[in-house]
Amino acid sequence: MIDFALQKKLHTADGEMYLQIKLQIESRKFVSLYGSSGAGKTSVLRMLAGFMKPDNGCIKMNDAVWFDASKRINMQPQQRSIGFVFQDYALFPNMNVRQNIVFALNKNADKNIVDELLELTGLTMLASRKIETLSGGQKQRVALARAIAKKPSLLLLDEPLSAIDNTMRAQLQTTLLQVHERFNLTTILVSHDMDEIIKLSDTVIHLEHGTIQQSTTPAEFFMHGNNTQVLTGNIISIEENETQTFTIVLLNNRMLKINSTEHDVNFIVGEKVEVVYRNTVPVIRKL
Amino acid sequence: MIESAPLWLTLKLAFFTTLILFFVATPLANWLASKKNIFKTIAEVIVSMPLVLPPSVIGFYMLLAFSPGNAFGEFLEKYFSVKLVFSFEGLLIASIIYSLPFMVHPIQSGLSSLSPSLKEASYSLGKTKWQTLIKVLLPNIKSSLLTGIVLTFAHTVGEFGVVLMIGGNIPGKTRTASVAIYDEVEAFNYHSANVYAVILIVLSFLILFIMYLLNRKIQVKYL
Repeated sequence: MIDFALQKKLHTADGEMYLQIKLQIESRKFVSLYGSSGAGKTSVLRMLAGFMKPDNGCIKMNDAVWFDASKRINMQPQQRSIGFVFQDYALFPNMNVRQNIVFALNKNADKNIVDELLELTGLTMLASRKIETLSGGQKQRVALARAIAKKPSLLLLDEPLSAIDNTMRAQLQTTLLQVHERFNLTTILVSHDMDEIIKLSDTVIHLEHGTIQQSTTPAEFFMHGNNTQVLTGNIISIEENETQTFTIVLLNNRMLKINSTEHDVNFIVGEKVEVVYRNTVPVIRKL
Repeated sequence: MIESAPLWLTLKLAFFTTLILFFVATPLANWLASKKNIFKTIAEVIVSMPLVLPPSVIGFYMLLAFSPGNAFGEFLEKYFSVKLVFSFEGLLIASIIYSLPFMVHPIQSGLSSLSPSLKEASYSLGKTKWQTLIKVLLPNIKSSLLTGIVLTFAHTVGEFGVVLMIGGNIPGKTRTASVAIYDEVEAFNYHSANVYAVILIVLSFLILFIMYLLNRKIQVKYL
């Protein structure tokens, strides 16, 4: 179990924000951190990893104390049993796929795990390829394989699939779930993607302005929670019939057809708009 | 009369200055490239001082410091039997200090240009700061390392003021090619001065040409 209480003054694009959260996550659970940009999600991951020092609080992983401000304990990232997958992959360009994974292992570690990981992540055929020749999805597979090579207790995923196309994303989500189960990991995922959260997580933590708004199951959260998700996109066409008006919006390369009969606002094709999800029902708003 | 000794001495000085500076400047540049604080800003200013100060200023103070008449020079001579004034060793130390920014700056800027997540990824995989520097960071800034090495070498080949102040003009010991040119001009031996000068021009051209050629290869490989 990971048990943590974190307090930190953060400097965000909207000014100063005080992050204050307290959470317990049971072992082998898959937890998603969800919230708007600047809510403090990535900072939480960075503090757990030891890349950022909290102003106050503590982090306990099973029996080990990773951080305790009152006792002046601050374990370095090297000593924490973590795997971290970065949004920009953070792969080492001077090494090929296999070398990136081998790098994670200690000198005396069993090297058989490398082949197992390559197979699990579908990279066996690409093992000797240079990093710059891989696609985004392939790079993220390498990053995932590398992060779990030394069998960490806690896997931290910072929007790992945000820059990957939809087909590849669905495949990678399946791989993530397999890896999570196969290696008995406790996983924390930062994500904006509703499908992803529903597909992967046991619990979703809704974070806004540095505090936890809600902690529940994904189904409960998206169906009945006080959740409002805002996305921006462009209107690509407006279809009208006698009774209804449908506005078609392009959102992250996905077409969304929204019944806009109830809205008085006249939209025009090409206009940039906000699509607000109120408990999974999309509503269009002018920007 | 053209002698080969000043040319060999110039190359020897440039080689050892570059070699020592590479090992001194790399950890220093790594320290300077990470999170800034007031001490690092002060250190950056000190490292950059040789870029703006006349060589004679640095040479003058080093001459005073190394002189057996002063505390530091006396200490070295008394306890280590080392005399730095008018010696190759003194010349080498002066060159290292004078060429410091030419090695530190390219490496520092190369390290700063890398994504911070590379370093963090390596730390999360349990690697120490040293292992991260040697195995992850430096191999990904080959072009900056090469620039630092070549600029330091070329700059040392072209040193004059500091060399003259610290080393004087002792044939075979401290008389480098740049000092030899000055000496020959003073004696109206324009032909000899011209030969030394042409050799230095050709040498500098070749060094820089090889650097640009190799840098192009590195960039092609990584793009």
